[in-house]
Amino acid sequence: MSAQDRTSHPPRQTRGTSAASDVVVAEDALAAGDGAGGGLGAATGSGDAGTAPDFDHSESRGDARPASFARRVLSQPVAKLGFVLTGIVLVLAVLGPFVVPAWTGHTPNSFAGKPFQGGVFGTDNLGRDVLSRFLAGGWRLLLYSALATVLGVGLGAVLGMLAAFRGGWLDALIMRCGDVLLAIPQLVFALLAVTVLGPQGWVLVLVIGVTHAPRVARVIRAATAGVVAEDYVLASQMYAVPQWKILTRDVVPNIMGPLMVEVGLRLTYSIGAVASLSFLGLGMQPPTPDWGLMINENRIALSLQPWGVILPVLAIAVLTVGTNLIADAVAGASAGRVASTGPRRSRRRAAEQAASNGAESPAGGTGSAGGTGRADGAGRSSSADAAGAADVGDTGEKRS
Amino acid sequence: MILKRLGVSVFVLLAVSLLVFVFTLLLPGDPAQAILGQQATPERLAALREQLQLNDPWYVRYLTWLGGLFVGNLGTSAATGGSVNALLASKVSASLVLMVIAAVIAIPVGLLLGTWSAMRQGRASDQALTGLSLVLAALPEFVIGVVLTTLLSTTVFRLLPSVTMAAPGTHVWDRPLQLVLPSLTLILVVVPYMIRMTRTTMIDVLDSGYVEMARLKGLPERQVVFKHALPHAVGPVAQVVAMQLAWLAGGIVVVEFLFRYPGLGQAMVDAVNTRDVQVVQALSMIIAAFYVVVNLIADVIGILANPKLRTESHS
Repeated sequence: MSAQDRTSHPPRQTRGTSAASDVVVAEDALAAGDGAGGGLGAATGSGDAGTAPDFDHSESRGDARPASFARRVLSQPVAKLGFVLTGIVLVLAVLGPFVVPAWTGHTPNSFAGKPFQGGVFGTDNLGRDVLSRFLAGGWRLLLYSALATVLGVGLGAVLGMLAAFRGGWLDALIMRCGDVLLAIPQLVFALLAVTVLGPQGWVLVLVIGVTHAPRVARVIRAATAGVVAEDYVLASQMYAVPQWKILTRDVVPNIMGPLMVEVGLRLTYSIGAVASLSFLGLGMQPPTPDWGLMINENRIALSLQPWGVILPVLAIAVLTVGTNLIADAVAGASAGRVASTGPRRSRRRAAEQAASNGAESPAGGTGSAGGTGRADGAGRSSSADAAGAADVGDTGEKRS
Repeated sequence: MILKRLGVSVFVLLAVSLLVFVFTLLLPGDPAQAILGQQATPERLAALREQLQLNDPWYVRYLTWLGGLFVGNLGTSAATGGSVNALLASKVSASLVLMVIAAVIAIPVGLLLGTWSAMRQGRASDQALTGLSLVLAALPEFVIGVVLTTLLSTTVFRLLPSVTMAAPGTHVWDRPLQLVLPSLTLILVVVPYMIRMTRTTMIDVLDSGYVEMARLKGLPERQVVFKHALPHAVGPVAQVVAMQLAWLAGGIVVVEFLFRYPGLGQAMVDAVNTRDVQVVQALSMIIAAFYVVVNLIADVIGILANPKLRTESHS
């Protein structure tokens, strides 16, 4: 996605630029999530009785919300399924390395027999025990993905908040640099880095983290823009509270929703990216036991001895589906669409109402460029984007 | 406005070229040494360095390289010593075939399923489709590819070839059957996003005042959906379609590698393995250019599909 026009155009043009979905996604998620904008929160609450009690109006503390937010996430069956799936693979990958020689009788790199033989799960292309390598081969993938996610979301969040908070040339600079990075697909950029720097762990983490950053920054910038105009931020500014304190005390608690969605999504994509690179033979290097690498090594004998491919493929599939389900549930909870019926309609109405309220409801009315005096038509089109984007934000911009 | 958008695209491409070029400066070692090998004499190394302009300052090399890009000269491959153009020429068409097949099938399928899902919002079929697209959207492309291979090619059914055969001089499309699995993988990776975006956009549009008005007038539902609702969904959906098409340009790397498909993606992986920076650079630029152009087209469609923006461009 390229959002080159975003910063310089008034909000009514955002629909024409590709940034529209991102920008409004977080805005919508944020607004519905913490019920900050008066009209918006009230409308969402009234339309969806299930979530109404969660909209307390003391969110600047941020202490009462996490519990109820977590409960809202967990109240969705999708989230439970996601946590179970992720948990299974997590346990396998973390405990696997400890049980390997004892349970399976082979270390990951010792030879157990001829290549591609039978057995419980058989042997791999060099005659090593597939089960042992499978059990020992998950933690690196998880570690690298987690580190890349932390780096990417951390960097992106800081840059996004700074861009929204400071505005001006810094905003333009950060977002333009992000646009440039976005023009190269993540995997292609990673390949470029690997060509030059070699397939080392830190290169993978760094390059995947850095390519996440502009995508995260865009979402967080939009979320922050909705918060910055709030009265409590203005009050803090009036009292000359240092900027970093405003950001950590006032802004961060109020963008937790979009931030958590980003963590879930970026984790899913990090896992995919690290595993893909290993699968291409450009991530983990032999003889490291690794799921992505195992698929690469054993796929030539897929018809002969499929377990060496199927086990890691299954694990990666279950893991990514699990994390994506969690991310979807978090997105749902923070956008206020917890129940499966009803809220979508009410949410749209809410956004519409907030948009037409204009300046009075900061969360809905302030677009990325501070949309006071938005025409009703513009508000409508942007709310349409918002509702669409709330769903797509979590999925649609993966491939940007 | 469209012109301004065009200018931004050019700026982004230039910045990307600078970024891509900077990577060569980070490269440890000597490209001339890499081409000639360890036994090269110092005289030959010096001659090749001169030929490759390695003695020039970096900005001169950048401008030479950039100028070459404009006239279609992509540089010299460090691994083979030949021109990058010759290396990639035959692969561009192979990759394009794959991407065009995937796009031509994926776009209508994604839009139709998304619309259908939106019209049946909340029912079992809608929920099943939404769940399925959520699951598919999470899977890395090689996982989908391997599962398809297992199902259709090797283990369960043996219907389709799992690797691509293309003897020198023949085209990949001479045997259409071998295109099925790679393009099916790409389609399955791309479609879920289109379904989701179309669905959410359409649900929103179907909920709007003008659709309610059309229904109250007593128009048949088909006319309401296709004549009144769908045009309003074009803008946002075009964005997602563009994103997915742009993603195809990167996604072919994994898919082509998986199916040994002789296209740009395969060339990219090979070049990375031999640390052939020139080729990787050229491919990155081609893919970035494709991405920027596709996004530009999507934004123009977005502008044209939105009457407000369209009229603004005239004023």
